[in-house]
Amino acid sequence: MKFRVERDALTTAVTWTAKSLPTRPSVPVLAGALLSVNDGALTISGFDYEISSQVTVNVEADAPGTALVSGRLLAEIVKALPAKPVEFAAVDGHAEITCGSARFTLPTMPVEDYPALPAMPGAVGTIPADVFATAVSQVAVAAGRDDTLPTMTGVQVEMIGTSLALLATDRYRMAVRELDWAPDDDDINLTMLIPAKALSDTARSFGPAGGDVTIAMPQEGGTGLVGFSAQNRHTTSRVLDGQLPKLRSLLPTAYNAKLRVTAAELVEVSRRVALVAERDTRIQLRIDSEGLVVEAGGTEDAKASEAMDCEYDGEPMTVAFNSQYLLDGLSAINAPTAVLSFTDPMKPVVLTGAAPGEDDEVQEIEGYKYLLQPLRFES
Amino acid sequence: MTSGILHVDMDAFFASCEVARRPELRGRPVIVGGLGARGVVSAANYPARAYGVHSALPMAMARRRCPRGVFLSPDFTEYKRVSDSVMAIFRDVTPLVEPLSVDEAFLDVRGARRLFGEPREIAEGIRERIFAEHDITCTVGVAPTKFMAKLASTKAKPDGLLVIEPDGVLAFLHPLPVSDLWGVGEKTASSLARLGLHTVGDVAALPVARLRAAVGQAAALHLHELASGRDPRTVNVTREEKSVGAETTFDTDVSDPDVLRRALLELSNKVGSRARRAGYVGRTVTVKIRFDDFRTITRSRTLHTPTDVARELFTLANALLTEHSGGAALRLIGVRLEGLVETGRVARQPALGEREHGWRDAEQTVDSLRERFGAKVVRPASLLDPAAGDH
Repeated sequence: MKFRVERDALTTAVTWTAKSLPTRPSVPVLAGALLSVNDGALTISGFDYEISSQVTVNVEADAPGTALVSGRLLAEIVKALPAKPVEFAAVDGHAEITCGSARFTLPTMPVEDYPALPAMPGAVGTIPADVFATAVSQVAVAAGRDDTLPTMTGVQVEMIGTSLALLATDRYRMAVRELDWAPDDDDINLTMLIPAKALSDTARSFGPAGGDVTIAMPQEGGTGLVGFSAQNRHTTSRVLDGQLPKLRSLLPTAYNAKLRVTAAELVEVSRRVALVAERDTRIQLRIDSEGLVVEAGGTEDAKASEAMDCEYDGEPMTVAFNSQYLLDGLSAINAPTAVLSFTDPMKPVVLTGAAPGEDDEVQEIEGYKYLLQPLRFES
Repeated sequence: MTSGILHVDMDAFFASCEVARRPELRGRPVIVGGLGARGVVSAANYPARAYGVHSALPMAMARRRCPRGVFLSPDFTEYKRVSDSVMAIFRDVTPLVEPLSVDEAFLDVRGARRLFGEPREIAEGIRERIFAEHDITCTVGVAPTKFMAKLASTKAKPDGLLVIEPDGVLAFLHPLPVSDLWGVGEKTASSLARLGLHTVGDVAALPVARLRAAVGQAAALHLHELASGRDPRTVNVTREEKSVGAETTFDTDVSDPDVLRRALLELSNKVGSRARRAGYVGRTVTVKIRFDDFRTITRSRTLHTPTDVARELFTLANALLTEHSGGAALRLIGVRLEGLVETGRVARQPALGEREHGWRDAEQTVDSLRERFGAKVVRPASLLDPAAGDH
């Protein structure tokens, strides 16, 4: 196997594949990147039995064939190469990389031991890559990280006609994003649960390239797999069993109070005040018509409070949150103004974003909701 | 620094208490522990130890090794009575007493010298008084630090006294095997052995950086300090209750998941109820699993919000048990709640949509019913035993 390619094209492709390789592979070959040359194209693949990634690059192919080399090492090497054409050749148990006057020899691993990558399922529709990346990041933040509750570590993707909904919850907060997409079949009605980490890594890596992401999944009776493609890149991920608990019904339809604040300012104030909160990461918002006071108290009588401007419409009240959960929500709304809507200080609060509309009037942004359960005090 | 820390350790405490109240047993091998099929030795006096009987040995084995021994079931009320009285003797000498269990304690006597003399004399006095009042012996280690005092008492056992002066610390410490260092178990000992480190002196001589490569940052500093005779821990009078736990040994090994689940639920209820009574919530749930071959593992998981709700303990404990028992036959299981903080100091993070009166309220109601009507009045339905006629 032998090919020549421009360094930049190779670097981008190798770096992208290497990112998805396992740091501690269960078997050594899984640390490898599989390079195969066929019909003037080089395909680089990585796989850890859960996630597969594959990227295709046009090359000047001198001889077809395949080679398996350490993905991480290859990525470091190509990144360090001078900006010149790179020649890659694999012969008897090693690979040679030549670029300008630099020359590397790497051991190869037996290609026979490398598992077959899962086949890409059939496409079901497309969505702009940048929109998808933002939506996934807004939702994945609420997914659980506790492997004893595997269902909660997923993002639920619901495809119903031209609406796509992404949903995640760790039981203490829930994020829902609803948006439009372009299904191949307008009567589609499919729901799947994708590991949050795999989904957000994929969406993030596709986002900057622009264009559309194609979502692919087996139709009824599928094989527990979902696929994503954009331009010359393809990934697959296993899907999780089960469904998220049906918490959407907790989203209130009417509210008794609304608080509007500058999101960035509340983030800054909360971070500052939370410094005293130590392990017990509670912060309190004391709100009345005069304004908002953010306060926290730690052990050993450490206390902090800070007042800030707000628009508030409702009875005076005090509500307490886990500070990290509040901060996560404030950044996930992805908007200059944060709107907290309350029914009761003990009941879940809905966090949404707002931004100046066409007539400079601040408008709530539809399509994203972050539901957060306040803390309770026990005796 | 002077040698002002005492570690007092009662010799074969349970067995000694038994001999003290039944003088006819003196000189005979006395073994205290669970006498059932799955019993384990809690204490064996020195005549019994000559037969190879020691604590934690299965009782069946102890009977085989020492067929002529006297086997007794423990009488904790009696041991507690003696223990309280012994601790009171310590407190006559110094208020700085840190009990480690019923039968051992650290004492800081540096402030007691003007009243009672040098630490050696104080130690002698304590030994004499305990023997005179209770007819039992103890061993005292005297050293500049807690760790050294404990080592000294271990070396002087039984019925002994060993004083390590500050200038004798290194001479005493360095020839000892690394396994004598506090915190060095089999695994660390073998990592150290691979570096050619067999004695405490070897560890002390090694630069911390190299030690770090073998055992990690935290352990390296800890070991280096101990090996150099330094131990910053002070005698801590108010020992915080650090964990609440319960465990059960099965009469026969159990692999039936339903039986295990029920046992775990019962243990979780016990732990939850104890934590609530003590006014603590905890963040870390640990399960202890002992397999039929005695291999014992503990596995923990940390909740992100502290709890005292049995239901939550059970969910986590059950997940840990399922993951780590692998369906094997088990001899013992235990549940422990750690990282305790006072209940009033934390706010609880309820789950979304959790009812305001959830499991915790239900369990609190059960607590108060039990207080009034006894432990069996209310239990989860799955803990009802049809064979026993519960309904």
